[in-house]
Amino acid sequence: MSGIILETRHMRMAFGGLVIFEGIDFALRRGERHAIIGPNGAGKTTFVNLVTGLLKPISGTIWLDGQDVTRQSPQQRVKSGLVRTFQINSLFKALNPLESVLLALLERDGRGRIAWQKVAAEKQQIDEAMALLARFGLAGDAYTLTDSLAYGKQRLLEIVLALALKPKVLLLDEPAAGLSTQQGHEVFSQLANLPGDTAILFIEHDMNLVFQYADIVSVFAAGSMVLQDSPENVRKSPRVREVYLGA
Amino acid sequence: MSVMEPAPAAVSQSGHDYFATLARWKIWEILFWAALAGCYFVPEMDRMLMSRVIIWGLFAMSLDILLGYRGIPSLGHAVFFGTGAYVAGFCGKYGWSEPISALFFAMAVAAALGWLTGKLVQRVAGVGLLMVTLGLNLILFDFVLRSTDLTGGDDGLQGIVIAPVLNMFRFDIYGRTAFWYALVVSFILFIATRILVNSPFGLALIGARENPRRMITLGAPVEGDVSRAFMIAAAIAGAAGALLTQTTQTVAPPTLSFQRSADVLVILIIGGAGRLYGGFIGAIVFILLQDYLSSISPVYWYFWIGLLLVVIVSFFRKGLLPSLDALLQRFIKRKPDAPS
Amino acid sequence: MASILTVLFNGVAYGFLLFVMSVGLSVTLGMMNFVNLAQASFSMLGGYILVTAMQSHGLPFLVCLPIVFVLVGAVSVIVERLIFRHFYKTDDLTQVLLTIGLVFMSIAMATYFWGGSYQRFDMPSWIIGQKEIFGLTLETYRIFLVGFGAVMAVALIFGLERTQLGAMVRACVDNRRVAGACGLNTELIFAFTFAIGGGLAGLGGALSANLLGLDPNFPLRYLVYILIVVSVGGMGTITGTLIAALTLGIADVLGKYYFPQFGSFIIYLLTVAFMLWRPHGLLGRGA
Repeated sequence: MSGIILETRHMRMAFGGLVIFEGIDFALRRGERHAIIGPNGAGKTTFVNLVTGLLKPISGTIWLDGQDVTRQSPQQRVKSGLVRTFQINSLFKALNPLESVLLALLERDGRGRIAWQKVAAEKQQIDEAMALLARFGLAGDAYTLTDSLAYGKQRLLEIVLALALKPKVLLLDEPAAGLSTQQGHEVFSQLANLPGDTAILFIEHDMNLVFQYADIVSVFAAGSMVLQDSPENVRKSPRVREVYLGA
Repeated sequence: MSVMEPAPAAVSQSGHDYFATLARWKIWEILFWAALAGCYFVPEMDRMLMSRVIIWGLFAMSLDILLGYRGIPSLGHAVFFGTGAYVAGFCGKYGWSEPISALFFAMAVAAALGWLTGKLVQRVAGVGLLMVTLGLNLILFDFVLRSTDLTGGDDGLQGIVIAPVLNMFRFDIYGRTAFWYALVVSFILFIATRILVNSPFGLALIGARENPRRMITLGAPVEGDVSRAFMIAAAIAGAAGALLTQTTQTVAPPTLSFQRSADVLVILIIGGAGRLYGGFIGAIVFILLQDYLSSISPVYWYFWIGLLLVVIVSFFRKGLLPSLDALLQRFIKRKPDAPS
Repeated sequence: MASILTVLFNGVAYGFLLFVMSVGLSVTLGMMNFVNLAQASFSMLGGYILVTAMQSHGLPFLVCLPIVFVLVGAVSVIVERLIFRHFYKTDDLTQVLLTIGLVFMSIAMATYFWGGSYQRFDMPSWIIGQKEIFGLTLETYRIFLVGFGAVMAVALIFGLERTQLGAMVRACVDNRRVAGACGLNTELIFAFTFAIGGGLAGLGGALSANLLGLDPNFPLRYLVYILIVVSVGGMGTITGTLIAALTLGIADVLGKYYFPQFGSFIIYLLTVAFMLWRPHGLLGRGA
C-alpha cells in the first residue's frame, strides 16, 4: 500500500455562484508534518471543513486510508482516525478540562452511550485524561471551568481534545493563533513528540513555526494549490511572495 | 513514544475522587425526600394536593433532561404527559386495571412517541424547534378533542377502573394510596434519572448542550442522542401522566393542552433547569401557589403566575435553586476560614 | 361556483387580518431576534380600545382606528423600553417565557377592566350588510378589510423599500451591528419599528373584534396563528409574512368550511411539515 493516508481527487466546491475550489488534488502521507499556508480567503479552512465532512464538496472524492469517505458523516470519519481542531476555540464552556477530555475518551472507546453506570466507574479513561492533561501542563487546571481558563490554556485544551482521540490524521486549524511565540513553540514541540505514524496537517500563519516543524508545505491561493515543496524551496520561491503580495 | 507516561498517582486519584463526589448523595437530598415523605404525617395535609405536587415535579424533571441537560427547549412536552395519561386511562377503561403494569405500558407508548419526535426535530433549532414542538402539541390536542368516539372529547374518558396497588392498597378519596404510589414511583424514576445524568451518557448530553458541533468532531452521534434524550424524557413524562390518571381515575383533554406544556416549562424555570431538583422545587412553589391563589381569586390568579414568571426571568435568570446556590456560595466565601 | 369564490374571499379577508396582526412581530424578530408572544396581547388591547371608544365615548368607527393605532403603538414602545430591551441578548426560550408571563398578566388585567365575557358592540350601519360585486354577494365589512389590508401591505412594502427610514430598518434587519457601526441609532430605529408594529397589531385586533369575537382569552387563541404566520413566512420579511398570512387565512377558512370535522388539525399538520422542510420559513434568512 502506498504511504498516502489522506487524499482529495478533483475536489470541487462553490458557495452559490462563488467557486472556492476548481478541483483540488491533494495528498498527505503517513507520518508527514504538512503545513498549508496562503493568504486570507485562499480556502484553507474550507479545505479542512470539506475533508472533515462539515461541508460537502460539489464533486470529487476524498480518500482516507485507502477508503472513499466522501459520503461518510463527520462522525464516521472521526472513528476512522481523522480528527481536527478549530481555528477559534470551540470548547465546552460549562465543563472543566477533565470532563472535556473524558468526553473525548469515552466517545473514542465507544462508552458514551452508557447510561446506567456512573462516570466515576470509567477508571481507565479518567487516568488517561489526567495523564494527557498533565502532559500539556493542564493538570493544575483540571477542575477549573473552561470558560475561565486563560486563552493560551484553552488553545492547549483544544489540541488535547483532538489528541485524546488517538488520530491517524490530525488537522490543526491555526493551532498557534493568539499564542505568544514561546507558547507556539511549546505546542509544536509537543506535537513533534506524537507517534511517528501520525500525519499532521496544519494551517499556520507564523512562518517561523511552519519552516521549523513542517516536512512539506502547500501554498494555497484563490482556491487552488499553487505550490507544494519543501520548506526551504517554498521560502525561496518568488511565486509565494507573489501570492502574498498580490503582485 | 508508544505508551503514554502515567500521571502522578495523586493527580490521577483526585480525578477519581472528583467524579465520585459529584455523584454522591448529599445530606440535603436525603432531607428533601424525607421531608416529602414526612408530609404524609402532617395533620390536615391535603394528600391529593401533595400527590399532584409530586407528579408535577416528576413531569418537570422529565423536561429537565431535555432542556436542562441537553439544552432543547420544547413547547410541547404535554404531548408525552397526555399520552401516558390517556394510555393509562384506556387501560383502566378496558379492563387492564392492574396499575403498575399499565404504568409501564404507558411509559413504553410515550417513549415510542418521544423517539419519533426526536427523529423529527433533530435537525431544527431555535424558533423553528419551538414552533414544531408547539405544532405537534396542538395536533394531538385537536385530535383528542375531536375524536369523541375514542376519547370522549371534552368530557374525557369515563369509567376508568384502577385495581388496588399490589392487590393491597385501594385508591381512596383521602389520597393515602395516591400519595405513596406517586411518591414511590417518582422516587424510583428520580433515582434512575440521577444515575443517568451522572453517567457517561449524561456527560455526553451536557457536552452536546454546550457545543454540539464539537461533539460531532469528537465522533459523538449527536442526532441519535437527541432521539434518545427525547425517548427517555417522554417515558418519564408518560409515567407522570399515567400517575395522574391512576390516582384520580379521570383523564380529560387539558392533560395534553398547550397550557400544560407552558405550565411545566414555567415550573422548571421557577425551580431552575439542569439541577434535577429544579422541577420538584418549582412544582412545590407553583402548585401550592396556584392552589392558594385560585382559592382567593379564581379569576385573576393567572396574573400572579404571569408576574412570578416575569420576575423569575428578570431577576433570577437561572431559576430559584441556582440563584440560592450562588447566594450561598457568596456567603460561604465571605467567611475567612471556611474550606474552599 | 359563487360559493367557493365567496369562501375564498372570506379567506383573503381573514388573511389580511392575520397579516396586520403579525407583520410587526416578523420585522422585530428579524431585527432583534426577539420572540414577542405578547404581540397577541397588543392586538387584544387594540380590540378593547376600539370597543371602549365606540361604546362609551360614541366615537365613529373610522375615527377610532387611528386612535387605536397611536395608543397601542405608544403602549408597546413603553413596554419595549421598560422591559423588552433588557432581553435582546437572552435566548429564545427566556424571551418566550417572559412574554408568556406578560400574556398571562394581560389576560387577567383585561378580565379585571372589561370582564370575562365576549364584548358586544354595534358597527356603523354603512359597514353592515352585503354588496354585490362582479356577481358575487360579499359582506361589506370583509370588502373593507381586504381593501384596508391591501393598502397597509402596499404602504409597508413601499415604505420599507423606498423610504429613508425603511432603508435604515432594512439595514438593521440585515446586520444590526454593522448598521450601528455605520452611525445608525439602532436603539431609536428599533423603538420606532416596535411602535409601528405594536400599533399595527392593535389595529389588527380592533378590526378583528367584530369578526373573531373579543374576550380576555383572545391572545391565547390567536397567538398560535400569529406564530404560524411569522415562522412560515420567515422572520424579517414583509412579503413572506403577507404570503403566509393569506395562505393561512384561505386554508383555514376553506378547511373549516369544507372539512369542519378536522378543524384546525390540517393547518397544524401542514405547518409542522413545512417547518421541518424549511426551518427558516418561506423567505427567511438561511432558507
